[in-house]
Amino acid sequence: MSYFIDRISYFTRTRESFANGHGITTNENRAWEKAYRDRWAHDKIVRSTHGVNCTGSCSWKIYVKNGLVTWETQQTDYPRTRPDLPNHEPRGCSRGASYSWYIYAANRLKYPMVRKRLLDLWRATKQRVGGDPVVAWKSIQSDPAARQSYQQVRGRGGFVRAAWEEVNEIIAAANIYTIKEYGPDRVIGFSPIPAMSMVSYAAGSRYLSLLGGVCMSFYDWYCDLPPSSPQTWGEQTDVPESADWYNAGFIIMWGSNVPQTRTPDAHFMTEARYKGTQVVTITPDYSEASKFGDIWLNPRQGTDAALGMAMGHVILREFHLDQASSYFDDYCRTYTDMPFLVKLEMQNNTYVPGRMVRASDFKNNLDETNNPEWKTVCFDQDTDTITVPTGSIGFRWGEQGKWNIVPNDAKTGKPIRPRKTLLGVQDAIVKVAFPYFGGQTHEHDYFKSNARKDVLERNIPVRYLELNGKKVPVACVFDLLCAQYGLHRDGLDGDHVARNYDENVPYTPKWQEGITGVSAEKVIQVAKAFAKNADMTKGKSMIIIGAAMNHWYHMDMNYRACINMLVFCGCVGQSGGGWSHYVGQEKLRPQTGWVPLAFASDWNRPPRQQNSTSFFYAHTDQWRYETLELSEILSPTADRSKWTGSLMDCNVRSVRMGWLPFFPQLEENSIELVKMAEKNGQDPVDYVVNRLSQGNLRMSVEDPDNPKNWPRNLFVWRSNLLGSSGKGHEYFLKYFLGTQHGVQGKDLGVEGKRRSTEVVWHDQAPEGKLDLLVTLDFRMSTTCVYSDIVLPTASWYEKNDLNTSDMHPFIHPLSKAIDPVWQSRSDWEIYKGIAQTFSALCVGHLGVEKEIVLSPIQHDTAGELAQPDVKDWRKGENKLIPGKTGPSMKVIERDYPATFNRFTSLGPLLEKLGNGGKGINWDTNHEVEFLKKLNGEKQGRVKIDSDIDACEVILSLAPETNGEVAVKGWEALSKITGRDHTHLALPKEEEKIRFRDIQAQPRKIISSPTWSGLESEHVCYNAGYTNVHEYIPWRTLTGRQQLYQDHPWMVDFGEALVSYRPPINTRTVQHMLNKHGAESPTIVLNFITPHQKWGIHSTYTDNLHMLTLSRGGPIVWISEVDAKKIGVQDNEWLEVFNINGAIVARAVVSQRVNEGMMMMYHAQEKLVHTPGSKITNARGGIHNSVTRATVKPTHMIGGYAQLSYGFNYYGTVGSNRDEFVVVRKLGQVDWMDEPAQVGGNKS
Amino acid sequence: MPHFLDFFLFQILPYIAIVTFIMGTILRFDRDPYSWRTKSSQLLRRKQLVVGSILFHLGILVVLAGHLVGLLTPIEVFDALGISHRAKQILAIILGGIAGVFCLVGLCLLLHRRLFDARIRKNSSWADIMVLLLLLIQLVLGLITIPFSMAHLDGHEMVKFMNWAQHIVTFGGNAHLFIADVALVFKLHIVFGLLILVVFPFTRLVHALSAPIGYVIRPYQIVRKRAK
Repeated sequence: MSYFIDRISYFTRTRESFANGHGITTNENRAWEKAYRDRWAHDKIVRSTHGVNCTGSCSWKIYVKNGLVTWETQQTDYPRTRPDLPNHEPRGCSRGASYSWYIYAANRLKYPMVRKRLLDLWRATKQRVGGDPVVAWKSIQSDPAARQSYQQVRGRGGFVRAAWEEVNEIIAAANIYTIKEYGPDRVIGFSPIPAMSMVSYAAGSRYLSLLGGVCMSFYDWYCDLPPSSPQTWGEQTDVPESADWYNAGFIIMWGSNVPQTRTPDAHFMTEARYKGTQVVTITPDYSEASKFGDIWLNPRQGTDAALGMAMGHVILREFHLDQASSYFDDYCRTYTDMPFLVKLEMQNNTYVPGRMVRASDFKNNLDETNNPEWKTVCFDQDTDTITVPTGSIGFRWGEQGKWNIVPNDAKTGKPIRPRKTLLGVQDAIVKVAFPYFGGQTHEHDYFKSNARKDVLERNIPVRYLELNGKKVPVACVFDLLCAQYGLHRDGLDGDHVARNYDENVPYTPKWQEGITGVSAEKVIQVAKAFAKNADMTKGKSMIIIGAAMNHWYHMDMNYRACINMLVFCGCVGQSGGGWSHYVGQEKLRPQTGWVPLAFASDWNRPPRQQNSTSFFYAHTDQWRYETLELSEILSPTADRSKWTGSLMDCNVRSVRMGWLPFFPQLEENSIELVKMAEKNGQDPVDYVVNRLSQGNLRMSVEDPDNPKNWPRNLFVWRSNLLGSSGKGHEYFLKYFLGTQHGVQGKDLGVEGKRRSTEVVWHDQAPEGKLDLLVTLDFRMSTTCVYSDIVLPTASWYEKNDLNTSDMHPFIHPLSKAIDPVWQSRSDWEIYKGIAQTFSALCVGHLGVEKEIVLSPIQHDTAGELAQPDVKDWRKGENKLIPGKTGPSMKVIERDYPATFNRFTSLGPLLEKLGNGGKGINWDTNHEVEFLKKLNGEKQGRVKIDSDIDACEVILSLAPETNGEVAVKGWEALSKITGRDHTHLALPKEEEKIRFRDIQAQPRKIISSPTWSGLESEHVCYNAGYTNVHEYIPWRTLTGRQQLYQDHPWMVDFGEALVSYRPPINTRTVQHMLNKHGAESPTIVLNFITPHQKWGIHSTYTDNLHMLTLSRGGPIVWISEVDAKKIGVQDNEWLEVFNINGAIVARAVVSQRVNEGMMMMYHAQEKLVHTPGSKITNARGGIHNSVTRATVKPTHMIGGYAQLSYGFNYYGTVGSNRDEFVVVRKLGQVDWMDEPAQVGGNKS
Repeated sequence: MPHFLDFFLFQILPYIAIVTFIMGTILRFDRDPYSWRTKSSQLLRRKQLVVGSILFHLGILVVLAGHLVGLLTPIEVFDALGISHRAKQILAIILGGIAGVFCLVGLCLLLHRRLFDARIRKNSSWADIMVLLLLLIQLVLGLITIPFSMAHLDGHEMVKFMNWAQHIVTFGGNAHLFIADVALVFKLHIVFGLLILVVFPFTRLVHALSAPIGYVIRPYQIVRKRAK
């Protein structure tokens, strides 16, 4: 009872000594120990994980005591692996272990918050206009001064608490007014990475999609999407699970910092090394991953393609030409486009590689009646005749049973042996021009060139074919590749090819030395070992690659150089081999079950989906500052007269031709357009087509600064758009938000460098386009700080949801360990609440409305065969035919007052149209009936009331979690390929995974035809596995791995074949040097933004535990040499700036970093310990304060097989690593503690 | 000084202080064992702490021991040992003075650090600062008494305090009368001393009772039997 009294025990105390008096045994009271036991006691343990886009999807035990989450520890009950494979545990890292701190922290959002000026305005206006919220919002938006009064204080404090009813009312009123006034496509939502919490994502996207609002992409915007993947494979990204590393014999870790950014998986790397796998690490800095390498190569950052080209040179020389590996040879004939024929086209008196030869080029289309212009051809070596092999994309649509890549002639069905080279059987040898970019000099001396002529002519063996009535030379892709890699071949000779590695000829190991700084000897050693292992193990060589190399403007070259190495060595699709691109948590395993829920395609199709890079490039007016000109990136062989204007103009053309989406779509309200058409008695699609063709209706992309075309309402949830991913952060602040910003440059109009021809230029660009910014978060992030309304959301231990990753094959729950704290609500409940208010308030303003939806030509639909050649209807080159020569157009009926009812029930289109994905479709009535029983019914439809109801919808509809659906999916695919694939899922037909199952234990998913790997008891998940082993074609033009890109834009921009292209000139530094260079010593450094150790993106960077482990505030890493140049000691404050803005951070001076490089771990927010900058007179900025997005025309291609748009699949990407910054010591640290001065910029 | 105030401060307050000290300490030990600690800020900053702390603790221990022995040892014992009051008074002044100066320097260092080191200040409770201030006032008062004591080196004033203290602890009654006529500074010194006793159980001062002396003599390993 009492420790004190119990300690008074002098006379009853027994003491027995032992060990010669070194120890004693006592009987003293031990009740005090209870305190320690209580400290670690708990009431329950709940399984959850962290939805933080880290790819971990780690299983955690969440401990709850007295209704509070106390701490979390790693779960260790994953399903076991096979006997010859290490288990998945332990999974988890220090970041996840610190998570529970957030739940009760000071920066936790506890109540709905509104910008006070807006709230005052709202209350006063509502009263004044008589109480109608929609009228009140209209009144506020119609008064520029009122609008500006709250816009210009965004990011500068001033939040007050409000009730849920009131904030829902403001949001719903804003949405209703915007739809009514401008159209539903002015209501935008940004939320990334559904796989990290699928239901939370779906909540917002379902609401927006029911409205007709726009969901924004993220994978491409983050620049984690490697366009090289869809280019090569027609696949967004598919990769091996981390357990498959263990099966590899040789691993190159190329720019991927596995221990730091893939922490829970890194044990497989260690285990693979114990097994004997050889590991080579390629990183410019001495990163944590370097220690894993038996060899560490450190090429200058941004020059990886040069290294990859040289390795490809060695591989081709030794394993394809000198002593051909029979495995490689067979693999390349069957699984790649190497045997396929390419037309050589005459340009400026030399031949250049052009379009791939199609069946339609021949007389009678080689007897192919269905899609002959999409069927590629090659020579059969045995008969030496032209053959149309099965499996090219023409066989995918319009016929059945021949879309497979078994090497068979399509017409006869007889086996063929595709001829890989024409050397030795050629009709002639001709000179062919190849563009060479390695001689381009860079504005900063840092990137070295290796000067040559910009066009290199090399000899190619050709055959002459009669195509379209003309005799035309054709060549095999393999021969073009060998020439491009600069390989001398006996019987060919010619210039610009090397006989041995010491010749300084593109792309020999010697050639790359000056560019990358890596010795030729090392390149040869690694390339040989890589290929030798692949040859001996039949493809068990792997490249683990992070997003780092993908963040350069010419990322496709970096990636394709690596992909080519893997393809040359037959590694793709082989267990233990292949392309392991790990970035964010993109793998939404039960995707086809989730899509109907997320995009409300159970009620309406298609949803509005926008590629964010183009959207932000246009709407935050970064295009007005674009200094990169088309002439700089065009191939020297291209006809330059065709390419006038700017990058933005290319995007406009792309949208017009139906390649990329763009929202808002049209200058006029899509609801009003339908009304007008009906008034005129016209079909709305015809009406819009006519007006577009006549030019009296414009697409919004053509004039993004016109108030009619602004995005008006933006929802941000599960994201920190402004604190993390927003490239061109300061442009966002200036143009999107209309508040204090750090933009230093003048736009092209002022500079007199305007080039645009397609897009309308306003001399005065608008500032503050957004009427309303609403952010849902659990913590006060940078985005929250800039928002008008902040909604407190339940954290990852307070809601039920689903989580999957590409790193392991399990599906994992997020579980409600405690109720949402304070007034927070789950995302599902928040959007449900907004939907309810919207439905009630819209009556009288919006009823059942018809509107017209424009969408681009989609990959994996028959539409992907739309445009065999490029023609622009606006220029009169053809007629606008929706879905063929321009965007698809569809009239959709929306029942706005029924939004809430539709949100909470499963719509009729699943029964009517079935479900599916990636070009496969199946009947799903049985699952809908099942869900009616499981979830219950609402007005005769499946009820989706709670977050668990929503989880069950996903799990029941998806083949990955419902064996019956998987079998149906494989059956559907079997019909298209003509081969039976159902054996892959039949053993699991009866398996159905429910939400409570995964709470009991993470469950391994079921093999599905929408992915290219298998979930099997015999092999690990590996991308391309079913392509190779089941002969399912890649979704490309040839159906094979596409190393040659024959789209005219690809050819014109010099990327038909891989090459090395140096970083671009961003021209962001000189102006600032002129202005500030004399004030104090400065240096100019290349600015790169890798992923960090003390956070996952911006999450955890404001977590006390992580702040304590790190330096506790913004830091940048520089080399000792550079530090010395400007007299900076470790931990001193630096100012980092260029024309885009400025950052203030402390210096980490380290030997790890290369001279000339600055690393700033991305997404350190400006919330903690960030002083002011002298340059901008604003608080120090985030990493994106010095970046600006630059788009690439080749990513805008669409309507062309694998180069067709898909949401997060193909499209422009937001690269940012070519950027340079000026760095100087920060004289005086200004904490900016004084109250904010409102009224724009001080500067 | 009015009689009532004398009576309250030197007859009643001592008992309130002693009871608070004993009961408060026991209750805290019993009910809130995890709060029983020094709250050392050494991990936050070592600077100034080492010197300050050593000087302070050395001084305070000598001063404390001096007070306890000096006040509570019956006068008869000194007489029997043949230690004159004068000798005792001089010893107290010299020893107490030196220790007091040590303690003062240490305390100033610690207080300065606590108030002006931003990191320490942020991590300090009001009680942490108050305790240091209280000790400082008490110490300064104690040092101010030295000149007064010098005025009567024969020790007769000192005997008054011994009588007062011994009457208090032996429940003698009317103890306050012994010191009714001493200088004000002595009275303030006593009042602050009693105040320190009052706050003792509620502050970090409790660590004074947990000096880890046992560690010096304990065996290497202690096995505690399970309760039967």
